[in-house]
Amino acid sequence: MAKEVKLMKGNEAIAHAAIRYGCDGYFGYPITPQSEIMETLMEESPWETTGMVVLQAESEVAAINMVYGGAGCGKAVMTSSSSPGVSLKQEGISYMAGAELPGLIVNVMRGGPGLGTIQPSQADYFQTTKGGGHGDYRLITLAPASVQEMADFVKLGFDLSFKYCNPAIILADGIIGQMMEKVVLPDFQPRRTEEEIRKQCPWAALGKPSERKRNVITSLELDSAEMEKNNIRFQKKYKQIEENEVRYEEINCEDADYLIVAFGSSARICQKTIEIAAGEGVKIGLLRPITLWPFPSKPIKALSEKVKGILCMELNAGQMIEDVKLAVECKIAVEHYGRLGGIVPDPAEVWDAMKNKLNISAGKESTGLNGNLNTLSSEQINDAVSNLNTMVP
Amino acid sequence: MKQEIIIAGFGGQGVLSMGKILAYSGLMEDKEVSWMPSYGPEQRGGTANVTVILSDERISSPVLNEYDVVIVLNQPSMDKFESKVKPGGILIYDSYGIHHPSERKDINIYKIDAMDAATEMQNSKAFNMIVLGGLLKLDPIVQYDNVIKGLKKSLPERHHKLIPMNELAIKKGMEIITKVN
Repeated sequence: MAKEVKLMKGNEAIAHAAIRYGCDGYFGYPITPQSEIMETLMEESPWETTGMVVLQAESEVAAINMVYGGAGCGKAVMTSSSSPGVSLKQEGISYMAGAELPGLIVNVMRGGPGLGTIQPSQADYFQTTKGGGHGDYRLITLAPASVQEMADFVKLGFDLSFKYCNPAIILADGIIGQMMEKVVLPDFQPRRTEEEIRKQCPWAALGKPSERKRNVITSLELDSAEMEKNNIRFQKKYKQIEENEVRYEEINCEDADYLIVAFGSSARICQKTIEIAAGEGVKIGLLRPITLWPFPSKPIKALSEKVKGILCMELNAGQMIEDVKLAVECKIAVEHYGRLGGIVPDPAEVWDAMKNKLNISAGKESTGLNGNLNTLSSEQINDAVSNLNTMVP
Repeated sequence: MKQEIIIAGFGGQGVLSMGKILAYSGLMEDKEVSWMPSYGPEQRGGTANVTVILSDERISSPVLNEYDVVIVLNQPSMDKFESKVKPGGILIYDSYGIHHPSERKDINIYKIDAMDAATEMQNSKAFNMIVLGGLLKLDPIVQYDNVIKGLKKSLPERHHKLIPMNELAIKKGMEIITKVN
């Protein structure tokens, strides 16, 4: 039977996918632009069908600690928020990583810092992939670029987090959360029974039978020699994730002369940039990291040996570009273009910036500084200078 | 075949729901669809807009720099989006509240007095459907039958009794849209 195609927002897709995954519990606190996740869950009332708990906590901090508690019992539990709320959750996320607990977090990013705006942004890249909370831990980070991926990454995120006993996060932004697209929802799978949880999660705190030692869920270890051992174990696990779980998409990368690296909604915008560039006779490829951690360094390195320059387009002041520069070992020009605080660039704007920054001469007008300065109007020079200024974070 | 449309006006004019009905109509025709709202604090009185793309192929960017069809329902939206109509494209406006119509010569400009017509129908809520009717007359992006199906999909069942009124409004819009240039 053909699957039903639905039209819905990215946030709504996450909620439906969570119920269908057999998620045991959702704990959240409303914040734009992701409130539809909890609203949809409340509307669907899965507690009457699958038995899934949906709870509006008293705060983001409470919600992440409810996730910690549920995960400690081996349950598939999740929370969602937007940037300022996710900052509040960082302590809990670090504790989950330290206690090696699975769990899914969703961040539908908005412009920051602070309370910022409610419009789309990707400025939480550093927070998500480099720590956010304290300690040497890593967060499996999935960056959806469509409503379909919002739905699909719920299962992927849960599966990876249980496979490695490590929290996973879906890092989306206001565009992906708020826009409606076609989606085929995943099939229903039942919630795991207590028997199944006992079997799959022998570490879970579900009551101590007489034949085994007590399971203790904690990130505390006052003996530093033991704590170092724990850390070495974590690092081994992270290495394994880096080796096995890198995901990315390549678009038009064969015989491309230039490369754009962009994730999430930026990658969607840049797909159109590529179309515009092709119309002016310039071949651009797009590499879209799907996992931001582990980062697809190897494929970027491989492509860097074939192209003349790389542009990182991010809705921030230049964060992922650091990982791209590390990947290509600074052997090739890597430039950044982005808008800040909730402003979203359009595809033509990105193409103009790319021509400027990578000295690409093509098409109708080139406003770059690579031309003869005398032929540029003062307006063009001002534009170019302000473009240069935007490169300084 | 791809249609890139933006509808812009005041919050409360039904801009987002008009886009939604277009999007659902596209879904009924198995097209690829994206519906991207400006989701700022656009309550009644603020400005609101929605970008709708209907296409036979996979849609790349939901964010655009130019459009095949631009529908503006207030002056700020006219000022913002008039220049973003592709040459040869369509600009539709309701003359109520537009003081400075477009003077572009390279696009097709249409006027629809939907606000007046809605008042005449004694139903201000019919406004956005009248505008939609006008659009469908000029540019049959989606078939009329599928618009009605789209309406049914996008409206909760308790509001289905309003569908005949919406049909009337769409037909009214088809009658009253006029070319300006």
